[in-house]
Amino acid sequence: MNLNEMIDSEMEIEEDTQKDKYLVFTIDKEKYGIEIKYVIEIIGIQTITKVPELDDYIKGIINLRGKIIPVMDVRVRFKKPVMEYDDRTCIVVVDVGELTVGLIVDRVSEVVNISEDQVVLPPVTSKKEKNKYINGIGKIGEEVRLLIDCNKLLNDDDKDTIKELI
Amino acid sequence: MSQENKDPLLEMYIFETNELIQKLEEIILESEKNNSYSLNMDEIFRIMHTIKGNSAMLLYDNISLLAHSMEDLFDYIRKCKPSNIKYSEITDLVLESKDFIRVEIEKIQMNNEPDGDAKNLISKVKNTLLSLKGDDEGTKENCLEKKKKPDLKQKFYISSLRKTSPKIIMDNEQNHPYKVVVKFINNAKMENVRAFTIVHNLDVIVKNISYVPKDIIENEESIKEILENGFTLYFESDKPMEELKKIINRTSCVESVQIEPVEETAAKQVKSITPDCNENVENTNSSHNHITSNILSVNVEKMDMLMDLVGELVVAESMVTGSSDLNGIHLENFNKSARQLRKIINDLQDIVMDVRMVPIAPTFLKMNRIVRDMCKKLSKEVELKLIGEDTEVDKNIIESISDPLMHLIRNSMDHGIESTKERVAKGKNPKGTITLTAKNEGGDVFIIIKDDGAGLNKISIYNKAFANGLTDKSIEELSDKEVNSFILLPGFSTNDSVTEYSGRGVGMDVVCKNIDNIRGTVSINSVEGKEMTTIIKIPLTLAIIDGMLIEVGNTSYTIPTISIRRSFKLEEKDLIIDPDGNEMVMVRGECYPLISLYKVFNEETEITDALDGIIIMVENGGKSICLLADQLIGQQQVVIKALPKYIKKTKGIAGCTLLGNGNISLILDASALIS
Repeated sequence: MNLNEMIDSEMEIEEDTQKDKYLVFTIDKEKYGIEIKYVIEIIGIQTITKVPELDDYIKGIINLRGKIIPVMDVRVRFKKPVMEYDDRTCIVVVDVGELTVGLIVDRVSEVVNISEDQVVLPPVTSKKEKNKYINGIGKIGEEVRLLIDCNKLLNDDDKDTIKELI
Repeated sequence: MSQENKDPLLEMYIFETNELIQKLEEIILESEKNNSYSLNMDEIFRIMHTIKGNSAMLLYDNISLLAHSMEDLFDYIRKCKPSNIKYSEITDLVLESKDFIRVEIEKIQMNNEPDGDAKNLISKVKNTLLSLKGDDEGTKENCLEKKKKPDLKQKFYISSLRKTSPKIIMDNEQNHPYKVVVKFINNAKMENVRAFTIVHNLDVIVKNISYVPKDIIENEESIKEILENGFTLYFESDKPMEELKKIINRTSCVESVQIEPVEETAAKQVKSITPDCNENVENTNSSHNHITSNILSVNVEKMDMLMDLVGELVVAESMVTGSSDLNGIHLENFNKSARQLRKIINDLQDIVMDVRMVPIAPTFLKMNRIVRDMCKKLSKEVELKLIGEDTEVDKNIIESISDPLMHLIRNSMDHGIESTKERVAKGKNPKGTITLTAKNEGGDVFIIIKDDGAGLNKISIYNKAFANGLTDKSIEELSDKEVNSFILLPGFSTNDSVTEYSGRGVGMDVVCKNIDNIRGTVSINSVEGKEMTTIIKIPLTLAIIDGMLIEVGNTSYTIPTISIRRSFKLEEKDLIIDPDGNEMVMVRGECYPLISLYKVFNEETEITDALDGIIIMVENGGKSICLLADQLIGQQQVVIKALPKYIKKTKGIAGCTLLGNGNISLILDASALIS
């Protein structure tokens, strides 16, 4: 086997280990899953510097070892009641494409395997916005995890399209 | 520059060729001034040769052919020393070729095929050569004879920029094809890698290298073949066999090397000519004062990364030594070591900063070309004087001042300097002078462009400004400075007709925008009928600013010290509130608007009364406003970091910076707050 092939297969293995794995976190009463490949690290809550004129769900910026990243409060993003941050509040740092963003979640619980055949599409409701951040529902035994679409969570396309329409 | 994984060889080629043509331009212009090529002949030759060789290697035929024809031309000039050289004609030709090459290189850089057609240029070059030869019939035979004598020493050139991997480019006629069979000792292992090492070693000194088996790296089967039949190479080289053998033998585990010339050419005996190439180059270089002997070119991205890391190191150091865990503990040795650490880190920071500094000379020298071309087109006589071109500025800044400088020089050439006739009539020196000065003052670099032309006509500028509704004051009310500043506005031109060079009123706007982007300022002084001076003031570096830390609520903000005029406590009598509730401040008889930062940035603070807080007066572009903050914390040098892209641009914030305790401070954008 030459070098290139070796690297390729190495990459495949790495991808394989990440496949079907989700990091589960809680917001309010629901449990959500986020694909593990997006997650860089999980850190405790830290001092957030406010930046004026931002959407309310972006809380500001934090200093992650010299790198400055924005943080988003997923609670506010999902329009849930605001809760004070406590010891168990976590920032999940995700890397989606070029963007590195911290997601503030109530608590992080575990990493689970949800194989593809256990994932169903979210029910189509007339109110579209209700599940616009969810791209699937994963079943684990009797329980379900709402699987988050990272791209949609970070990029508020709807808003821009509305702006364009006006 | 595109940062995709380009072939490093290609990247090097682009970089090197750009560098070479730039140097060629400088030399050619200098030679034209001196009316002699003798001083720089070798240098010109070397450049042409390197371009030719490198381009041929990468199969950019149009470039290499053009370089080849130029080389022929200079070869003739050098050998025959014709008496009738038309310097300006040749200079034109060289510059035209240079432009051609530049365009092609740009194409390569954009990953396009360099498809420009050099035929026209080449035939032009050839015609010039012919006319030189034709006019110089007498000496012709003479020099043909000379040509036969191989002036071999001169045929070897080496690029000075490649000290690490000297690449020698040779004339074809001295290359001889060779066949080499290399056998490795038994049990050497990794024969394919060893074979590749040989190829790699030879690659820099020979041409047209090919080898059997072909896929030595990709295919491990090739090991067997090498073991059985040996490793066979074919290439062309001018080196004597002994030397090639030596090079091959450098690779370990080589058992035997068999070299044989492929054709009988070897019978002619390769003239043993292997001068120490490095030495040769050193000589030519030392004659040119702008070249430093040992230059390592580094990707700017890597530099930025290094600087970021050093910035973090500074912060980390103060986090460690200032850690609250240490409070109240007497630690003599720790403090000693900590001081030592801080000193080293400071030195490191200074050096990293220094590395980013490059002399302004190349940018200045580019202007020579513009002046020369415009002199010809406008038939004016202008001399460009350069002062302080050794001044060093941050790399990023250099890039942004090149355009503004060009526009200013064009303006001076086109509007400033009068025609020779007019100058004589005015009793001025018929030859105009443009002086380009660079100097360091404090944390700023001043670039001054001065011409001894007609200067600005206050009345015509005023009339134009008035007609365009830029002012409603009468001319007496406006100071010279105010009138002069009109010409910096976009679309403003007093020239009625649009010429090739100016008149659309875009130039000064470009100047202002570019300079503004690098936090610099432009100001103009003019004495009508005598001179005009444009002064550009730019910061030494973009990455670090002197900032004043202020506090509003719980957030700390940084205001660039450069834009702060003064700060003071407000007295009740100086605070004016107009019927709309807008607050204003009287300072020395002048009235400035007061902006409360806590309102702008929605901060919660106890200090909402302008009398309790501190007032900071900031200035930008001639306008001043007062800002209300809770308190001043102190002055500090800060490393600017951009806000993450995810955060859409916020008005009034220019970026952010890390403080010693790891917290983030937002940097205020004075100009945005003012407008």
